[in-house]
Amino acid sequence: MLELDGCVFGNGGFRLAADWALDAGARCAVLGPSGAGKSTLLAGIAGFADQVSGTVRADGQALPPVPQHRPVAMLFQDHNLFPHLTVAQNVGLGLRPSLKLTAAERARVADALGQVGLAGLEARKPAELSGGQQSRAAIARLLVMARPVMLLDEPFSALGPAQRTDMLRLVVEVAAKVSASVIMVTHNPEEARALAGLVSFVDGGVASVPAPVEDFFARPPQALRDYIG
Amino acid sequence: MKYLAIGTALLAGAAAAETPVLTIYTYDSFVSDWGPGPAIEKAFEETCGCDLQFVGAGDGAALLARLRLEGARSDADIVLGLDTNLTAAAKETGLFAPHAVDASFDLPIEWSDDTFVPYDWGYFAFVHNADLNAPVSFKDLAQSDLKVVIQDPRSSTPGLGLLMWVKAAYGDEAPGIWDSLSDNVLTVTKGWSEAYGLFLEGEADMVLSYTTSPAYHLIAEEDPSKAAAAFEEGHYLQVEVAAKLAASDQSDLADQFLAFMVTDAFQSVIPTTNWMYPAVTPEGGLPEGFDTLVQPGKALLLSAEDAANLRDEALTEWLGALSN
Amino acid sequence: MAWRALQLSRWPGALAVIAALALVLVALGAVILRAEPGRGLGPADWAAIRFTVVQAALSALISAGLAVPLARALARRDFPGRRWLITLLGAPFLLPVIVAVMGLLAIFGRNGWVNTALAATGLEPVSIYGIQGVVLAHVFFNVPLATRLLLQGWQDIPAEEFRLAAQLRFTKRDLFRHLELPMLSRVLPGAAGLVFVICLTSFAVALILGGGPRATTIELAIYQAFRFEFDLGRAALLSLVQIVVALGACLALFRLLPLHDPGQGLDRVVARWDRSAWDMPVILLGAAFLLLPMLAVLGQGASGLFSMPDAVWWATLRSLIVALSSAALLMLLALPIATLSLRHNAVEAIGFLGLATSPLMIGTGLFIVIFPIADPQAMALLVTVIVNAVMALPFALRILVPGLRQAVDAHGRLAASLGLRGARLWRIVLLPRLRRPLGFALGLGAALSMGDLGVIALFADPARGTLPLQIEQLLAAYRVEAAASASLLLTLCSFSLFWVFDHWGRRGA
Repeated sequence: MLELDGCVFGNGGFRLAADWALDAGARCAVLGPSGAGKSTLLAGIAGFADQVSGTVRADGQALPPVPQHRPVAMLFQDHNLFPHLTVAQNVGLGLRPSLKLTAAERARVADALGQVGLAGLEARKPAELSGGQQSRAAIARLLVMARPVMLLDEPFSALGPAQRTDMLRLVVEVAAKVSASVIMVTHNPEEARALAGLVSFVDGGVASVPAPVEDFFARPPQALRDYIG
Repeated sequence: MKYLAIGTALLAGAAAAETPVLTIYTYDSFVSDWGPGPAIEKAFEETCGCDLQFVGAGDGAALLARLRLEGARSDADIVLGLDTNLTAAAKETGLFAPHAVDASFDLPIEWSDDTFVPYDWGYFAFVHNADLNAPVSFKDLAQSDLKVVIQDPRSSTPGLGLLMWVKAAYGDEAPGIWDSLSDNVLTVTKGWSEAYGLFLEGEADMVLSYTTSPAYHLIAEEDPSKAAAAFEEGHYLQVEVAAKLAASDQSDLADQFLAFMVTDAFQSVIPTTNWMYPAVTPEGGLPEGFDTLVQPGKALLLSAEDAANLRDEALTEWLGALSN
Repeated sequence: MAWRALQLSRWPGALAVIAALALVLVALGAVILRAEPGRGLGPADWAAIRFTVVQAALSALISAGLAVPLARALARRDFPGRRWLITLLGAPFLLPVIVAVMGLLAIFGRNGWVNTALAATGLEPVSIYGIQGVVLAHVFFNVPLATRLLLQGWQDIPAEEFRLAAQLRFTKRDLFRHLELPMLSRVLPGAAGLVFVICLTSFAVALILGGGPRATTIELAIYQAFRFEFDLGRAALLSLVQIVVALGACLALFRLLPLHDPGQGLDRVVARWDRSAWDMPVILLGAAFLLLPMLAVLGQGASGLFSMPDAVWWATLRSLIVALSSAALLMLLALPIATLSLRHNAVEAIGFLGLATSPLMIGTGLFIVIFPIADPQAMALLVTVIVNAVMALPFALRILVPGLRQAVDAHGRLAASLGLRGARLWRIVLLPRLRRPLGFALGLGAALSMGDLGVIALFADPARGTLPLQIEQLLAAYRVEAAASASLLLTLCSFSLFWVFDHWGRRGA
């Protein structure tokens, strides 16, 4: 259970308010116009943005201020992989940042790569992978990290529509395996549907209480209608 | 129109020919605003009906190097600023012509050289603050805990002078002297300015300079706090000379300048601009303050030939003693 | 590659390389042709070569080593006045040698603050004279340069990587290993190599602080061959040794430099979560080491600043003109060579040639070439402009190449697809993207030229000399106070030039 209790997050002069909770294992898409503060919401949960007021709780515990100590795993728009490390090393970082993996841990990495369809590509560098394969590697790392909250900040926006759907399916699968909640920023209503969970709409400095995706699109807010056109 | 142009060109050429140019190569500090150059240029141009042009070329050694590079094609009519450590090498180049100057020089030694005319001189000496209980000899210095700054003989004229000083005073014993001095040498600098600067900053107790250095502080700054140590071994001389180049196209004018050089008009400028003793004491005597300077009991000077022959050996000894 | 898509021409780069090479080779060739058979290299020369390499290597290692914690602390701490401090910390590198040495002596000399403090507490004094002094001075000069180059490297690490690191719960050690070490392995060899080459041709510093002929450098041996023995052959030979050592070191370092594609991080504020309690003490210590000697010098010349002879002001004007012309020429050489080096990495090493060659040799060689054609003194300022520009080339290249590579990689395809080429490509895309390194390089080039003695005495016309020459003359005429004031003026000019260009660059970027 992730609670945003009267939260206001700050990023420079910008403020974003959110006051709602997500059940464990829930999936929530965050929609909204560009610049509305979608990424600030994620940064606030991850601890990258300032906590102006309120509290973020996970399973009833207030999260520590330092990002390192939060039970959160995040995918960014880019730079999800280190270019000088191999695929296996990049995934291995999710287990041990020192990269001194035990045999069992190495097996877990190989297994995770297999589950995302990258078996056999352990030794490749990110530059030797396609865009889709790079995303898969990053998802494999989410799998081994097994954190209860996964935050996705438009990580697949550079991929084609078909690949994007594949990746979402993969994320849903991985999240289910580790019973993680997923919050994903997107600008694409189709992706929100594909995630098949809840939707929060960010506009006017507020992230709305998540509603089931069908209800949301059945009665879309005026701002969304303007946004989709 | 065409004829007018040619006429103008001819006139201009004639006018230029009427004012002959005498080119003198010298060291930088001679021509600087604070050196003797400007006053001497003015004085000579009043009498010669010529244009005197000083060309600064580094220091004495750089001056000779430049002449060697230019050879007989050099524009120089006169070179002013070599010292006795350089004259043998200078003479060897065959670039110089004999002079016709006849003067009674007030040098501490006999001077007879058919090529080089001295214009000033000084004694090398260690300068210190007046309140220091200064050593009276190299051996005394070696036994003290005093720190001195000297210049590198490979890059500096005074540095080479010190090498010759110890050699002239001690001959074959020179390496032993350098050995015993090595713990007194705080450091060795590229040139005189750096060494003197270190001394003024209080880094060292003494600095290798000239007996005339305190005169600058006394006369120009009214500061009597500097003194030069008199050494029992005697003091090595630096005699600065000028000579005419054989390839000069202003031979007469060059002779005229060399003659002018030993007159009062030139010599009276030297003490308080070059801070050296004039080669011929002017009629009015030395400026007030020079009488307070230390007078060495004995003047040392190796002949140009000896200096040239002993130089490499002395350098090797110096390097050996100070490198350990 | 974006490089190919952009069709950047190789000709300007090739021409600039040839021009820079020609200057050095013609000068060296002239000296060699003019030389008579002399004696070869003796044991003393080999000792000088050994000492030179050892002190340069020590200076490079220590400078680079100290720059790492300082740049790291500066990269992850924001505090009021940080920009100013970073600019100020660059100052020692721009100081004229003699001014800097006097500043160091005020702190570390026999009567300096350190020894006064030691004596007050009854401890043994420390001596600055010896190889430790030479290295200390070189470190003082070069830590600022190394710090700036490394700081640039830290700022080039994309902000997302630090966020990812926080996500992955990197410890400080992990962060160092996965983010900072790869960056350092890219930037550090180049920075250390540059310091090494700078220290190779050191002469005055090594002599003043070296404590005696033990501290004989190759440059001094060249001086000796030239003026003590007039053995041009030996001087040229020693000069070649200097070049070979420098280029050998550079090529070895460039081999070590992996070709790395810097990510295209968005320029967000780099927020980090790995600050250390040691950051501020490190910054304070670094600032004290670099700024105290400067303060000591500044205090000395201030009183006489407005009572200096007119000649000093004219010399200042000439020096400013030389500095600005030299900086402009530097860009004409550096931008094409930087472009060429995107394709051929080793080209950057050619930039080091000018720096690695003895100024005395270049001066003498050019004199031999120019003398039969023109009056060398009439050419003095022109030659100074050219030589200063070539000497500053390696700095400009080290600063510009990474930025240019990044700009071409990030925007090359787009620019190519829009049909941007030639001058328009530079004006619309590359130069604006390069503004920050461009400002830094221009400032550095101008300031270095301002403080440089340039071509040796052979060319100099004391009546129309530059400010550094004027200071030498004041010192030679016992005018220590006026020289201190003129040194202060020189320092202020160098620093203002640097500040103006650097801030122009940083404001726009």
